[in-house]
Amino acid sequence: MNEELPIVEMRGITIEFPGVKALDGVDFRLFQGEVHALMGENGAGKSTLIKALTGVYRIDSGSIVVAGQERSFAGTGDAQTAGISTVYQEVNLAPNLSIGENVMLGHEIRGPFGVNWRATHRAATEALARLGLDYLDTHKPLSTLSIAMQQLVAISRAMAIKAKVLILDEPTSSLDAAEVEGLFAVMRTLRDQGVAILFVSHFLDQIYAISDRLTVLRNGRYEGEYLTRDLDRHALISKMIGKDLDALKSLGGNRRTTPRDSDEAAFLSASGISRTGAVDATDLDIRPGEVVGFAGLLGSGRTELARLLYGADRTESGQITVKGRKVDLTSPAAALSHRIAFSTENRRDEGIIGDLTIRENMILAVQAKRGWARPMPRKEQDAIVDKYIAALNVRPADPERMIKNLSGGNQQKVLLGRWLATEPELLILDEPTRGIDVGAKAEIQEAVAELADQGVAVVFVSSELEEVVRLSERIVVLKDHSKIGEIQNGPDVTAQEIVDVIAAHGVEAAAETLEEEVSVVADVTVNTDAPASETLEEEIR
Amino acid sequence: MSAPARASVWRDLIHKPFFWGIVAIVALLALNVIKDPTYLAISINPNNGNLVGNLIDILRQAAPVMMIAIGMSLVIATGGIDLSVGSLMAVSGAVSMEFLAAAGDSSSLGVALAAVGLSLLITGILGAVNGVLVAYVGLQPFIATLVLMLAGRGVAKVITGGQNTAASSDPYRWIANGFLVGIPVVFILAVLIVVVVSWVVRRSALGLMIEAIGINPKASRMAGIKPKGLLLTAYILSGILAGIAGVMSVGSVMTVDISRTGYQLELDAILAVVIGGASLAGGKFSLSGAFVGALLIATLDKTVLFLGVSSSATPAFKAIVIVAICLLQSERVRSWFQRRRRTQAPAPRVEIVKEEAAA
Repeated sequence: MNEELPIVEMRGITIEFPGVKALDGVDFRLFQGEVHALMGENGAGKSTLIKALTGVYRIDSGSIVVAGQERSFAGTGDAQTAGISTVYQEVNLAPNLSIGENVMLGHEIRGPFGVNWRATHRAATEALARLGLDYLDTHKPLSTLSIAMQQLVAISRAMAIKAKVLILDEPTSSLDAAEVEGLFAVMRTLRDQGVAILFVSHFLDQIYAISDRLTVLRNGRYEGEYLTRDLDRHALISKMIGKDLDALKSLGGNRRTTPRDSDEAAFLSASGISRTGAVDATDLDIRPGEVVGFAGLLGSGRTELARLLYGADRTESGQITVKGRKVDLTSPAAALSHRIAFSTENRRDEGIIGDLTIRENMILAVQAKRGWARPMPRKEQDAIVDKYIAALNVRPADPERMIKNLSGGNQQKVLLGRWLATEPELLILDEPTRGIDVGAKAEIQEAVAELADQGVAVVFVSSELEEVVRLSERIVVLKDHSKIGEIQNGPDVTAQEIVDVIAAHGVEAAAETLEEEVSVVADVTVNTDAPASETLEEEIR
Repeated sequence: MSAPARASVWRDLIHKPFFWGIVAIVALLALNVIKDPTYLAISINPNNGNLVGNLIDILRQAAPVMMIAIGMSLVIATGGIDLSVGSLMAVSGAVSMEFLAAAGDSSSLGVALAAVGLSLLITGILGAVNGVLVAYVGLQPFIATLVLMLAGRGVAKVITGGQNTAASSDPYRWIANGFLVGIPVVFILAVLIVVVVSWVVRRSALGLMIEAIGINPKASRMAGIKPKGLLLTAYILSGILAGIAGVMSVGSVMTVDISRTGYQLELDAILAVVIGGASLAGGKFSLSGAFVGALLIATLDKTVLFLGVSSSATPAFKAIVIVAICLLQSERVRSWFQRRRRTQAPAPRVEIVKEEAAA
């Protein structure tokens, strides 16, 4: 593999933004038929490098050679012509168009009378077939597919233009384990067909599962290129963050593992709260100073339950009491007034106000609580902002910077600061560490542990079971929109145990429904004649 | 020492949203001066000590547009639009004229104040109708306010019984035509209102919250902001300000012309907001920008008349000026110019970077 010429060779790439060097002399090469992971913390320059390669940014110095030819991309169109295709984190497709139209959009096959739809759909099917997806009906609307399948369609679309280089920028962040496996299968197929794949993910497990080679960036500089099998996790993380991992390891060791008194007064207790299509009737108690983890697969109702507790969605039945008083959480504003705060998993759409500054974003919730007529004096604002910028280590530490220009991890810290500034008694964190780097992750986890020590109740929702186990005192396990159990955390509780609970519940549930059916049948048979019941029971067996 | 300081003041000014609006005003005035060197001359009327001149006329003409433009700024900042302001001006004028005609006392200050008060109350209520349709019913702002834009003139017609009612009231007329220490009352009033509204909006958290709603309504709700009340407030304010604009506009002739008063001024207001550097998508707004925008539109109208541009070519002339300003403001066009400048002369850019580092 090394003997060949790389299909992409970037040398000494430098990109400057006003005041900062986003990339400083970075080298990068990509060979045909390999999966190459680009590693680094948030703000290390991964996205910038990808944007340089796809023609979104112009490079200030350095050279890009694709397939032996030096290129200078003036736009994404140029990069695509050169055979470089990108699939971004969020699926950029048109859900209201058909699958085939999405795959071929902009590359429709034209006949003498405009677009030849039959040929176009045939070409779409061929493109899908390369990924083993030829069973899809290209005439169906894209919106009938799951997000994971849409992602695969997006990859087909990228491959439809005969791409030699495929860039996958965090394609797995909204997929569950089985879907990730499906994606990996497709990636392996493409790799074996000789496509060069550039892969970005924050999940180290995935990097080790799929990549052949990796390049590490740190603070806009090139750290090195390694074969994945030659570099163990410990070494990789150290290279990414530039310091030793041991500092991170001590984390979470101080979580409380002894069961509490069951009659200790709860801060919030919910009885039978539900919402159609989101959460079935659920009971829940959350006590002060407790970290309660919500564990479950995507779509299990973990986010939906958290949203009900914040009034982001309304409960349709059931009752919530806060400190023993019945409350009606009809809106986030109502929940905030009861000192409940909620950090959303959907940072971009429901979290940050992009065009406002760090300062404005941080004080927003406190200001909303006070009402518009009682503005916060600037001194108070500055005090809050300085406090949380320092406490959470927000970079850059410039309160007047627009939040949209920060990296994901730092946006998350600003939002965490926003909620902490409201001095909540219950803080609900939905995927607070998704899509952010190891360093920021550790800082946020540390903040959670500290809060609990100060007596704040924390609900911690995460798709990373290890993280839930590490931080939580008690774990609420959800499946199919309902709570299926609670696990008191202890030294011998592992992520595997939660997986077992979820898996076992499925079997039990299936058995239960079967039994129910049997009993229904039995009831019916009382009123009908016997031979029919026998055959029915035989069928069931 | 002083040279970099001056340069930084200059750079601050260039980055103000209304910078290009001011440049355009200056350019238009210069155009007028080329045609008539005495264009900018301001003289004092020896009989009453009032200032007289083209500039004074521009200030007077700009006042009503300023009023609706700052209302429009707030509404646009929430991510909405208020198409009804022109019609509300007619409603306000109709209410005033009918009230004054019925009262018949042309010298009473109380009657004039009551007429203004009633006009603002009615337009405030109509603004609230817009607000309820947008915030509580959930109609799209364009549709919700289009209803009142079309129906408003009908309402005005019903109020006056189909007539173009005229009335006389000296105090009311004074609002539009009077002078205070030589300066038109209507302009003083407009500036005062702009200052007060800006002060309230920026001193309270109203401005921040309106911007937050305009930029990201979902995230604002999640942050505990209650958008409904704020939306309602913005539309009510817009209605009341349209009412004030109506009073200013009918006051100068003391007649309400149902079909002409405030006709298509909503478009001027929207333009003023855009010239002021705000985005129609909502979010960041600048009341001083809208103020400059309104001044520019008045200057433009006056210039078109003065240069004798034929009436059929007037809209095209206006359009060219406005497109030019919008292009100059556009981020993309500016960065294109910067890139060109950088490739042609790399040296000055280094200096700028150094200065920024020093600052």
